[in-house]
Amino acid sequence: MSRGDRLRLPGLLLLLALAGCGGEADSVVEVTAGQGTGKPAYGDTYIEALQGNISGLIPNVLSDGPSFEVASLIYNGLVKYDKDLNIVGELAESWQYSRDCLDLTFKLRRNARWHDGQPFTAADVVFTYETMVNPKTPTAYGGDYKAVESVTAVDAYTVHVRYKHPNAKALQSWSIWMLPKHLLETAAREGKLREAPQNRTNPVGTGPYLFKEWKSGEKVVLVANPNYFAGRPYISRVVYRIIPSSATTFLELKAKGVDGAKLTALQFKRQTEYPAFRKAYAKYQYAANVYVYLGMNLRDPRFADRRVRQAFAHAINKRELIEGVRLGLAREATGPYKPGTWQYNPNVHLYPYDPAKARALLASAGWTETNADGILLKNGQPFKFDILSAQGSDEGRKVAEIIQASLKDIGVQAEIRVIEWAALLKEYIKKRNFEAVILAWGITPDPDQYDIWHSSKTSPDELNRISYANPEADDLLEKGRSTCVEADRKKYYDRLQEVLAEDQPIVFLYFRDGLPVVASRVRGIQPAPIGINYNFNEWFVPLNLHRYTAG
Amino acid sequence: MFGYALRRLILAIPLLIGITFVSFLVIHLAPGEPVENQAGETSTQSDAKLRERLREIYGLDKPLYVQYWNWVSRLARLDFGRSFSPDARPVLQKIGERLPITLLLNIVELTIIVTLAIPIGVLSATRQYSTFDKITTVFVFVGFATPDFWLALMLMILFGVQLGWLPISGLRSPTWEYLAFWKQQWDFVAHLALPILVATFGGLAGFSRYMRQSMLEVVRQDYIQSARAKGLPESVVIGKHALRNALLPIVTVLGLSLPGLIGGSVIVESIFAIPGMGQLMVQAVFERDYPVIMGNLVIVATLTLVANLIADLTYSLVDPRIRVAARRGRR
Repeated sequence: MSRGDRLRLPGLLLLLALAGCGGEADSVVEVTAGQGTGKPAYGDTYIEALQGNISGLIPNVLSDGPSFEVASLIYNGLVKYDKDLNIVGELAESWQYSRDCLDLTFKLRRNARWHDGQPFTAADVVFTYETMVNPKTPTAYGGDYKAVESVTAVDAYTVHVRYKHPNAKALQSWSIWMLPKHLLETAAREGKLREAPQNRTNPVGTGPYLFKEWKSGEKVVLVANPNYFAGRPYISRVVYRIIPSSATTFLELKAKGVDGAKLTALQFKRQTEYPAFRKAYAKYQYAANVYVYLGMNLRDPRFADRRVRQAFAHAINKRELIEGVRLGLAREATGPYKPGTWQYNPNVHLYPYDPAKARALLASAGWTETNADGILLKNGQPFKFDILSAQGSDEGRKVAEIIQASLKDIGVQAEIRVIEWAALLKEYIKKRNFEAVILAWGITPDPDQYDIWHSSKTSPDELNRISYANPEADDLLEKGRSTCVEADRKKYYDRLQEVLAEDQPIVFLYFRDGLPVVASRVRGIQPAPIGINYNFNEWFVPLNLHRYTAG
Repeated sequence: MFGYALRRLILAIPLLIGITFVSFLVIHLAPGEPVENQAGETSTQSDAKLRERLREIYGLDKPLYVQYWNWVSRLARLDFGRSFSPDARPVLQKIGERLPITLLLNIVELTIIVTLAIPIGVLSATRQYSTFDKITTVFVFVGFATPDFWLALMLMILFGVQLGWLPISGLRSPTWEYLAFWKQQWDFVAHLALPILVATFGGLAGFSRYMRQSMLEVVRQDYIQSARAKGLPESVVIGKHALRNALLPIVTVLGLSLPGLIGGSVIVESIFAIPGMGQLMVQAVFERDYPVIMGNLVIVATLTLVANLIADLTYSLVDPRIRVAARRGRR
């Protein structure tokens, strides 16, 4: 699950944080600057800007984006998503499912070694599994292995996993970062992984880069692993510089102090089009794994009526919204899946901008009269409610303002309330004490969204925050997650998207674009649906363009 | 004098406990809790379990007064606890690694401010309404009115991007390890130049204004008149008789800025990507990392109390009148 799900948290928090998400797992990619060619050469340093300090070096017990970004170069999973979002082997050479989807057998590669020289074996896989399900381990990803009955090492390079029931996400859960048994066994048994020195000063993984140093709040330095099983990476040294301010990151780019960073929409569109910048950097653009939505509390009788939600969908001009908020750098969302992925169903009911239709839908729901201010009335009550938005999110506030204006046109009065993120989550969302809210969901490459839409997932800590309940959707979600046959899953999820489009439990607004830039001396970048970072170990700088000779 | 200091120190203990109690309460009243960020918003079942587990680890499942008691009794043994952040490191270690850079920046800043502010203040007071005074007044108001972050960005654009003379942010170049010793030092100084400039600009404005005001009051006093009447040269009148008196309020202000030395400027540190105390504290607040927040507060509160005491004590050193009054009072 890691590779996909780790995007979830940053995704959710994105309305709070300003800049883009991880930059992996994405669909349409456009190169907006030419990629030169040149001969691959070893050496040079690549400097990437990180927006926040990392919180540790054993990602299995962490949950923040910057930590995952660094960890992805240090650790490997048994499997990973390739550039087109298919699952392929990483530390596993191959795997086999039994016909009933209950037995999964991995063959491990024999040439993988831990950074300290020890061989990577089946014992490490069993250890990692046991650590993840150990109730003492403070990890957010243990739930992925609930369906596992047993994990056994058949021999040093064969692992057999037995499931209690068929589980669609079984394979992808083995993208979890593998941990070295010989170093972490004691710490893991005591539930002290966070206190382990490997979380702070000397993490040991199997990945393409070795850890060199972490200066808290300042930088993290990695160096190429000459013994990496897929071959030594070209770029010798990676420096993650921690720069909290996006304005500063941008100036560092202009002064060539960093080689890679993520831009804001404004920077991408308006401030980086001059020739010197275009020459120094290649800009990339792809639909990120985050969509922004207007959520309504379906326990509120006004929003429980589907026609009201449909009316809102018709009243909001998504294209204008994307233009106004993201300067066009986003794609309209028709449902919870990203266009271009295998699970995406383009043939769902659409809601083009149509205020007249919106008014008609509201009228059919009983909102027929208006008061002196032009606000619709039902049983003498005006249609008034609050839209909540997280503080510090310019984007959330702008979306709320545009929606407010659109709703006013159809006689609905919305007030905007901006609330600090922690308070918003605890006092309003978890207590289901809200009328409407602007939020974002980070999604995974796997289409299973049981936790978000299933009617059983509505308790305070659970994620069906709008209290959506539809028996057909429940049924489809259950079926979709309990088979390992992709064609069957596609059928269920296609139908699910139709149901969701019809119901509009939330108004799906847009998928935000990820906007990374990379110094143009760096070659080998092949944009793909998953983004640009997936083949970092193949990036290189031609010898004549090396900038940092040291190292 | 010693007895007085001791009495003040003993009185400070209940005060400190009171401060920590109120802070503890206020921090826990803020919505959100440390487990929220870490449990993340991922799959639900494991989350609920993780939340409980983390609450247990951190002792958040206990009533607030028990939590406070545990914290205070650990503190009495000078144990500041471990951070609630996933790195689970001792609070003192986390503060210890951030403190030196903040201290360095603030001490350099304060030194520059004091060395510049005192002569500026004296000159503009003794030459009230002169061109110099008018220029500094304008400078002072500009200094007050300029937001730090704006000035920082402008300077970064000018010196970092346009001219390319100075690095924009951070503490060291990425190639720092490979530089020769003297180049390393130069690199470090170059990185600090802009942050210090920005922080000094605002502070200088305030300080020179204090000095000017204080001096203006003193030169109107009778004893300055008599000093002049005695026929003392103006330099002695101002430099000796007036200045010593005018410095008194400055000592107070200086004393009060002592605790500020360890609290970094959040804005300057964020903009210049300097990993100091300000950033640590802000991150701790966002993560609701109670031990780090409280640890920092205890240190700042203690320093404030100590600084007050030192300011009071130095008064008597600088001002003979207070010394005399204290001696008479004792009789």
